[in-house]
Amino acid sequence: MHLIPDPNLIAGMERAEDAGVYRISDDLAVIQTLDFFTPIVDDPYTFGQVAAANALSDVYAMGGKPLTAMNIVCFPVKTMDMAILNEILSGGLDKLHEAGVTLVGGHSVEDKELKYGLSVTGTIHPQRVILNTGAQADDRLILTKPLGTGIINTALKGGMADEVAVAKSVKCMVALNKKASELMLTVDTHACTDVTGFGLLGHACEMIEGTDVGLVINSADVPYFPEVVELSEMGMIPGGLHRNREFRMNMVEFNPDVLLFMSDVLFDPQTSGGLLIAVPEPQAALLVEKMHKEGIEEAAIIGDVVAHPKGRIVVR
Amino acid sequence: MIEVDVRGFSCPIPVVRTKKAIEDNPGTPVTVLVETAVSKENVSRLAQSRGYSVDVEEVEDGFRIILSPSSK
Repeated sequence: MHLIPDPNLIAGMERAEDAGVYRISDDLAVIQTLDFFTPIVDDPYTFGQVAAANALSDVYAMGGKPLTAMNIVCFPVKTMDMAILNEILSGGLDKLHEAGVTLVGGHSVEDKELKYGLSVTGTIHPQRVILNTGAQADDRLILTKPLGTGIINTALKGGMADEVAVAKSVKCMVALNKKASELMLTVDTHACTDVTGFGLLGHACEMIEGTDVGLVINSADVPYFPEVVELSEMGMIPGGLHRNREFRMNMVEFNPDVLLFMSDVLFDPQTSGGLLIAVPEPQAALLVEKMHKEGIEEAAIIGDVVAHPKGRIVVR
Repeated sequence: MIEVDVRGFSCPIPVVRTKKAIEDNPGTPVTVLVETAVSKENVSRLAQSRGYSVDVEEVEDGFRIILSPSSK
């Protein structure tokens, strides 16, 4: 694709950023993102909430403030009850209200398969954009939500997930990354991304690809849903997880004593996952403590940014 | 020999059908026909966790997986 250079484009398609950022003036930039997908949970209201939390997350990951949103709907009008669509939209709207974001419109098309998502617009100071890259050696890595939603969603599709696991996964997916984002702005955050379809390691690779640093992940410190251990053994592995592993394995080195289920967890595609944040070491523990106080209970320091090996991730 | 043909289905259906087949027929070898490498991997994982030995044969439209209960 031929992209025309634009001096006002702060984050565009050239790197795998979470959202596009465009400078309007010296002290104002606009952030734009959109995301939509097929249902990942059975309840339509919950699906709406997850879709909205997920779409908003890209703005939070850049350190921005989402202002407005528009619905994107693909709906099988002929075969599905319109009440379901109303439930989905109301789930999305409630999540927007919680985030303090105004719904300004939307568009729907008829489709055989239901899909819902949102386009979100936010603002940020052009000098304060937090990119995927920028992590520095000796930073610590913080993850704000547990992993395993992809595996649990796959088990749910197969009727193999127990209620407790599903409830935990839903609670995680509907949680906004708003507070986590606001808190990361109170310290000297160097880099941030949200963990979604490529899994923790896929997004971690984007943080270091082509840079002068590498990462060490301490698998024992990574928060995950304990139910995924059994589900992973049972083969409840989303196709995306296998693809994520295949795509990024050449950048990742696993210590031999890291178990297979942990490798699954680290490559598991997440829906509305947490933020992965690189923060200077002296501020990391305090930031996690603040997160815990604000109800982001599972936030944890999961590893370190290192000078060697650069461009690689070691999982130990 | 029990045969589970889940070609044309994507995960988790192949795993779910295989699980049912091995639970309904304990101690019996089961052959599973799958289309994709993902299904092959997932079905093999399930079978191994249930103590089956797994033999995979590549066939024209996917994989034939032969699951044999381990001799105790």
